Amino acid sequence: MPSKVMVSTHLNGQEVTFLCEPRQTLLEVLREELGLTGSKEGCGNGNCGACNVLLDGVLVNSCLVLAVETEGRTVTTIEGLTPPDQLLPIQQKFLEHAALQCGVCTPGFIVSAQALLEQNPQPTEGEVRRWLAGNLCRCTGYDKIVRAVLDTAQTLAGNSAQDSDQEVGG
Amino acid sequence: MSVDPQRDPVKGQNGQNVGQGGGKNGYRVIGSRPLRPDGTDKVTGRARFGADIRLPDTLYGKILRSPHAHARIRAIDTSRAQALPGVKAVVTAADLPSVESKIQDLGEGAINLRYLSDNLLAHSKVLYHGHPIAAVAATSPHIAEEALALIQVEYELLPPVLDARSAMAEDAPILHEDLRTDEMGVRGDRPTNVASHLRHQRGDLEAGFAAADVIVEREFFTSPVHQGYIEPQAATALYNADGQITIWTTTQGPFSVREQVAQVLQIPIGRIRVIPTEIGGGFGGKINVYLEPVAVLLSRKAGHHPVKMVMNRDEVLKATGPTSGSYIRVKMGANKEGKITAAQVFMAYEAGAYPGSPVGAGAGVILAPYRLENLQIDGYDVVVNKPRAAAYRAPGGTNAAFASETVIDELCEKLGMDPLEFRLINGAKEGDRRADGPVYARIGYLETVKAIQAHPHYTAPLEGKHRGRGVASGFWFNWGGRSSATASLNADGSVSLVEGSPDIGGTRASIAMQLAESLGIPYEQVKPQVTDTDSVAYNDVTGGSRTTFATGLAAYELGQKLKAEMLRRLADLWETEPEAIHYEDGVFSHGEERLGFQEAAAKIHETGEPVMVSTTVYPKGVGPGFATHVVDVEVDPETGKVTILRYTAAQDVGKAIHPSYVEGQIHGGVAQGIGWGLNEEYVYDQEGHLLNASFLDYRIPTALDLPMIDTVLVEAPNPGHPYGVRGVGEVPIVPPAAALANAIYRAVGVRMNVLPMSPARILEAIWAKEAQAKEPV
Amino acid sequence: MHAFEYVAPLSVDDAVTLLQESGGAAQVLSGGTDLIPQMKEGRRRPPLVVDVKHIPELNELVYDPVEGLWLGAAVPCHRIVGNGAIARAYPGLVEAISIIGGIQIQGRATVGGNLCNASPAADSIPALIVHRAVCHITGPDGARTVPVEDFCTGPGQTVLAPGELLVRIHVPAPSPNQGGAYQRFIPRNEMDIAVVGAGAALVLDEGGQVIQSARIALGAVAPRPLFVEEAGAFLAGKPVSEEVLEEAARLAREAARPITDMRGTAAQRKHLSQVLTRRVLLQAVQRARGEEAGRRNGHA
Repeated sequence: MPSKVMVSTHLNGQEVTFLCEPRQTLLEVLREELGLTGSKEGCGNGNCGACNVLLDGVLVNSCLVLAVETEGRTVTTIEGLTPPDQLLPIQQKFLEHAALQCGVCTPGFIVSAQALLEQNPQPTEGEVRRWLAGNLCRCTGYDKIVRAVLDTAQTLAGNSAQDSDQEVGG
Repeated sequence: MSVDPQRDPVKGQNGQNVGQGGGKNGYRVIGSRPLRPDGTDKVTGRARFGADIRLPDTLYGKILRSPHAHARIRAIDTSRAQALPGVKAVVTAADLPSVESKIQDLGEGAINLRYLSDNLLAHSKVLYHGHPIAAVAATSPHIAEEALALIQVEYELLPPVLDARSAMAEDAPILHEDLRTDEMGVRGDRPTNVASHLRHQRGDLEAGFAAADVIVEREFFTSPVHQGYIEPQAATALYNADGQITIWTTTQGPFSVREQVAQVLQIPIGRIRVIPTEIGGGFGGKINVYLEPVAVLLSRKAGHHPVKMVMNRDEVLKATGPTSGSYIRVKMGANKEGKITAAQVFMAYEAGAYPGSPVGAGAGVILAPYRLENLQIDGYDVVVNKPRAAAYRAPGGTNAAFASETVIDELCEKLGMDPLEFRLINGAKEGDRRADGPVYARIGYLETVKAIQAHPHYTAPLEGKHRGRGVASGFWFNWGGRSSATASLNADGSVSLVEGSPDIGGTRASIAMQLAESLGIPYEQVKPQVTDTDSVAYNDVTGGSRTTFATGLAAYELGQKLKAEMLRRLADLWETEPEAIHYEDGVFSHGEERLGFQEAAAKIHETGEPVMVSTTVYPKGVGPGFATHVVDVEVDPETGKVTILRYTAAQDVGKAIHPSYVEGQIHGGVAQGIGWGLNEEYVYDQEGHLLNASFLDYRIPTALDLPMIDTVLVEAPNPGHPYGVRGVGEVPIVPPAAALANAIYRAVGVRMNVLPMSPARILEAIWAKEAQAKEPV
Repeated sequence: MHAFEYVAPLSVDDAVTLLQESGGAAQVLSGGTDLIPQMKEGRRRPPLVVDVKHIPELNELVYDPVEGLWLGAAVPCHRIVGNGAIARAYPGLVEAISIIGGIQIQGRATVGGNLCNASPAADSIPALIVHRAVCHITGPDGARTVPVEDFCTGPGQTVLAPGELLVRIHVPAPSPNQGGAYQRFIPRNEMDIAVVGAGAALVLDEGGQVIQSARIALGAVAPRPLFVEEAGAFLAGKPVSEEVLEEAARLAREAARPITDMRGTAAQRKHLSQVLTRRVLLQAVQRARGEEAGRRNGHA
């Protein structure tokens, strides 16, 4: 039997220690050993973003990180990103804009969009689309996702996207 | 009226404010955009999809797949795999009971059970690269993988056949020795790869073409494409020591899974319980079972442990889906008044390794938007050495529309007629007869054409070099199917709704909205949940654009029944007749007595039996759907790259229960159609190996490849539903490839007849056109 | 994945020792965005994986207008792309680095890894070639340097001998009136392997009208990234004009010897070699003159 390694990492705000084989990816350990199933496997080779987490604050595909590489590092998953008492503005906007249909890609998009807005609080539509190019969605065609991200940026900047006019068209 | 999304992208489609309550057009709830009940779990990662299921002492299952496209299996030796520490069971086709040749209706396509069984674990031949041969259950997925490498298989290679026309040839390698052509009901007498031949025919084709002033005849080639759901197939099965089987699986149809497992394993459905998890996309591809029966076998053999099987992306692309590649020939004639006088179609669809392509549906779609008298459609279902075709969103429709809608575009060009005008002249309406037979009831096709005509997109100037605008129309039958549901009145006035339709795109909300509307209570008071096969009666799959229609109808009936029951109980309380009680705006009243809904619920709870109602439906009043799309493209003639500048889709949606999710269905279908049109295809080598089984080289659109997609929701209510609902999910994928082809023609002057219209193909078409232009006349 | 041992040495010497003792069987892990998928697919099965991200020299990123750029082999792309001074000094190099995968890949992938993975289609390599980058290698027999155009020897193969480690890459300081650019052609707009990649860097005279020197390199048109010396040599001393640039582009097309595979046809790639070379030359000229094209970085 292959030997396991002990790894200590700062995960979602807590010191966590786990045993794993070197060949286990961070995604596999999160899901199978630590019960954090919010990060998903869609492709296994860094092409879909469903596994996105923050590693030392940097957006990465956890399917392409070996769990042993997180020794001494800081990992934030969708579970750790979500505040304990309410939703993030980006999460709320996803719901309001119906920016999800099946929802399996959504955790990856939330982590990715949150990282974008931290780095670039007022992205243009083009910048949003370029940033999100590594997050695949098959259900929505991205339209409402992009709107949700832009609306979040606007809201966070203090402007409300809601006005008191009545609904138009639709 | 729509707000230009370029100006204000943070508003929702068509300029409305998002997330607001309040219905429209006299409805309290219908037409509003409430938040979906499973939303919080989905944006926080809490929702549990197929691979998220975790039971104690689970074993992990993996499948050994054929490296060859076509071969006889001479021998399988699993002994070394069985001896690997950590391996608890190994199964092959020998562990499957033999099943008879029997057709099973899955809801979106039917399958012969013998073929289904063979597709789960190959019996004597492997028929495609990736065909399962054996499966292993072990204590870790890594050990299971290592065990696969220890299974020894002896193959006798056979030549593969990889496209429909080659498979139809006299000397083609034969996949199934016992397959005979079903020649319009008559069984053929020779081994063949042609499983069936259908024909639709009416009028006088010869006279029709003779009456034409212009005739266009073209042939078209498409490759298989995959549904591309982001979540791979995943299932956990427990064959308990008492013979009871529980399966957790990501599926569009738990009842269909139950039926397939029962038939393939020859176990009564009464011993099988299927619990649907959340589903990460299906599009028709998560109806056939690929894992569940194998996981059940492994669970039993491994000593009644749960066995979890999760596919990786490579397996998903190699061995599930895709939809058929095809060869289609269309010949169409029109007179100078712009009227279609005749149409002749030849379509050969690749079924993959086993019969069952959607050629029949393709034959119904191809001329559906038009009225014509003289037609003949011949359709062939052909097996080839590729994975068995599975349903993919309007199965067969996109292939068909790519052919017919581009031929129509060419006819319009020759006639000097605007393509939308042409469609208004020939467009089908109520009372017209579709090519494959049925007469249309109330439909909204012409309204979609007019909606595009009137849309600012259609009249906006398109300036710049190598830019073009194209239009195309599409159709889908939609489907009714069976739904069953129950609703319980809680003491606080909330209603627990239990239904059996997995929620792929927001149907919990649209179904709950219909119950709320029917019962006259706020949406937030309805608590919908999707349940398993033991907790509600039979439900057909979530697919075929049926769920908001049929399960919504069930919800409507539940609302009516709950109301009737509450009136009966209050009538008892108030010592009167139910008919004498008035119910309006959530208030029951009779004489001096008044009770709000919640108070009434509390009262009823105190004074007798609980209130619970159930209903089952099998509606016939299905309304088909139509769409017309317009797209602007820019083509770089030096690279063949197509950039989509603007896209507008008008669709007859009957009644938009939750407009955001209706828009979402259109967005998603258009995006898939664009991927199909520009970049997606299965690439095979000469030996039949699938070369691009990964999201790196099977290229689905990213956020950077698409613009915002404008939608126009035309509402021609379906008379067969109390709220006018038509299915909406499938129509949107039908027009895009053709619309793009027509736009590319106007941009760079080449008519594409191969999908995808990848940059290399467009370059070659441009070069061929330039070479032709240089030739001496 | 197969089972392997993992070790994270803290010094170059320790890493070299581990690599040497493995007799060439061990594999270096920097970003992992190529190695991990390869191991998952069973294409590489090293018994030992040596994580070099804890070695200080491989993490250095230093730019000086006189000394040039010292790029540690394990520096992830996002650190380079996010460094304003480097992006301004070498726009043609940074834009190549910035389009390796999407933003998530940028968080892990390294230029050192891109180079050592030695894909003929790698995005960073043509750009490194035209910017005269030099590889600094340390092995059991000491240190040596290799010009980057000589580093890759075939698909997936480099000059590294067993025990040798790529430590850092040096890019000379930009000359006055230097401009560089990289563009690739892909079927989508992101996330694809280059069908063809083209890099160019040139130095103009003071007046910006005459090309003093030029280098052109192509990706995905040969078994290794192709340094098209003849096209660059042709440009030396020539005045900037459409015809001159087109001729250089034609020479690049001549030199290209692409195959047909599932990502592109040979005819398409030959054609794109010329198109992209012309485009990057135009852009390099604009940058050398201090003008900037108003187009997305890196995309044809």
